[in-house]
Amino acid sequence: MTRRYVLIRLAQVPLTCAGIVLVGFLLVHLAPGDPVLALAGDSGDAEYYARVRADFGLDEPFLVQLATYAGNLVGGDLGTSYTQGRPALDVIAERLPATLLLTSTALVLSTVVGIGLGVAAASRAHGARDLALGAASLGLYAAPVFLVGQLAILGLALGLGWFPVQGMTTARSGATGLAGFGDVVHHLALPALVLASQEIAAITRLTRTGLLEELGRDHIRTARAKGVSERAVLIRHALRRALLPVTTVIGGRVGHLVAGTIVVEAVFGWPGIGRLLVSSVQARDMPIILGVFLLIALAVVVANLLTDLTYAWLDPRIRYR
Amino acid sequence: MVRRPGGVIGVAMVGLLVGVGLIGPTVAPRDPFAIDGPSLASPSGTYPFGTDPLGRDVWSGVLHGARTSLLVAVTVALLVLAVGTAVGMAAGYRAGWVDDILMRITEFAQVLPRFFLAIVVIALFGPGLDRLIVVLGLTSWPLLARVVRAELLSLREREFVEAARADGAGTMRIVVRELLPNALAPALVVLGLVVAQVLLIEASLAFLGLGDPNAVSWGYLANQGQRVLRVAWWPAVFPGLAIVIAVLGCNLVADALNDALGARR
Repeated sequence: MTRRYVLIRLAQVPLTCAGIVLVGFLLVHLAPGDPVLALAGDSGDAEYYARVRADFGLDEPFLVQLATYAGNLVGGDLGTSYTQGRPALDVIAERLPATLLLTSTALVLSTVVGIGLGVAAASRAHGARDLALGAASLGLYAAPVFLVGQLAILGLALGLGWFPVQGMTTARSGATGLAGFGDVVHHLALPALVLASQEIAAITRLTRTGLLEELGRDHIRTARAKGVSERAVLIRHALRRALLPVTTVIGGRVGHLVAGTIVVEAVFGWPGIGRLLVSSVQARDMPIILGVFLLIALAVVVANLLTDLTYAWLDPRIRYR
Repeated sequence: MVRRPGGVIGVAMVGLLVGVGLIGPTVAPRDPFAIDGPSLASPSGTYPFGTDPLGRDVWSGVLHGARTSLLVAVTVALLVLAVGTAVGMAAGYRAGWVDDILMRITEFAQVLPRFFLAIVVIALFGPGLDRLIVVLGLTSWPLLARVVRAELLSLREREFVEAARADGAGTMRIVVRELLPNALAPALVVLGLVVAQVLLIEASLAFLGLGDPNAVSWGYLANQGQRVLRVAWWPAVFPGLAIVIAVLGCNLVADALNDALGARR
């Protein structure tokens, strides 16, 4: 991996972040009505509005406002949530662990299961199993995540009774320690699987395509001629290179997954930022909404950066154009 | 393209979306907002998709919802096609610093989380299909621009372009008459995939209760169904399946078109 590539790629991060902040800021100012109402709600008193005006520098020229806003953000100040009367960052931070747990579980689950199913499909290409997996992944890829969630609830939670329908813990059980942990895992399984489903479909297809391409190459023929077992050919020789394209899409998948999380939280009553976001939109609590937008955008930027660097490390031919 | 089974099914599904979107609301037996049927009637001859807890006909709702999805799909597709082609054309044919700047803008637009940006816009401007279409259209073009640019870069030095140039054709004419028609097919592949994603985003926002309150949409119906999922499956599942058909149709058409292109090359 060339140093030049890494440096240029790193230098882009602050620029991208600045652009994202600018987009949020411009939208607040383009919206109809006084920006102070967007930032402080329409039920405050004159004194409160005056304080918000001062905090955001709303009486200053446009560029000074932008600088004030950016300065606040860099200092970790997302403004005050006016439905809760506390710093927006605190409100979001409270909900973040539940969302992170759900999203990261789904990310790991989709990677492992997706690659596994991709190998299963490619090991007997055009066989019955391959066709069934292909059809299933096409369908899952086209299904809205809420439908997958509702079908899972109908079949696996209400029908078979294997999983709880709602929430993150059993109400009033008060279980702690290992039992409490088990309870959370039991509640987590279904939403995480549902959230991962579309990504599993995508990764399965990507792994299968990559593997089939690799299996047609000369070094595979050589390995087979040398008497390497078919299993070792698939896993050791072909899979390693077939996984390169899977790595490149991780950055994009994070963005996808976080958007999906918001919907999955609504379906399963999961107490993360998704439900906070929806209730904040209904209450027009802008500091929270903008804060979530900026945090998610930052997460996507970082995920993309890590993806690009990993890829450049795995494939040293990558250069900056 | 239509010789493959996937392509045929895809075209049929997209045709269904277009057909129902155009005539659905006129042939719907009832007003999807009318509270006049029995509550939570299961699917039957009178109510093919059953009724919701307020006694509204789910079948009529699904027929009306097709128009909302079609409207979003077509208008966003036109916006994406216009912006994506323009950016891709300028970047691919001009190259140099124009290309550099346009590609940095494209990369930026690509990392913007569309779904959350749409939520910010809805919170600030209020819910509505018009602003949703604008925000999704203005954020969904990067992939298309990249594909058009890549096609132009590879076509630019080809002989037929040389010939046109020797013939005295101007830049505009070469790009529009010689290069664009060749870039159109790969652009349509991407457009199919982008429309599929946009349909899912619109449905998700409506499901969260952030859609246009004046338009019946499949996501809105699925949201209504979510509330009674413990007692009735039909108010949620039928609208959800309608979304699957529309999205799967777009994906299948794009896949088939892509295969056909690969075979041609």
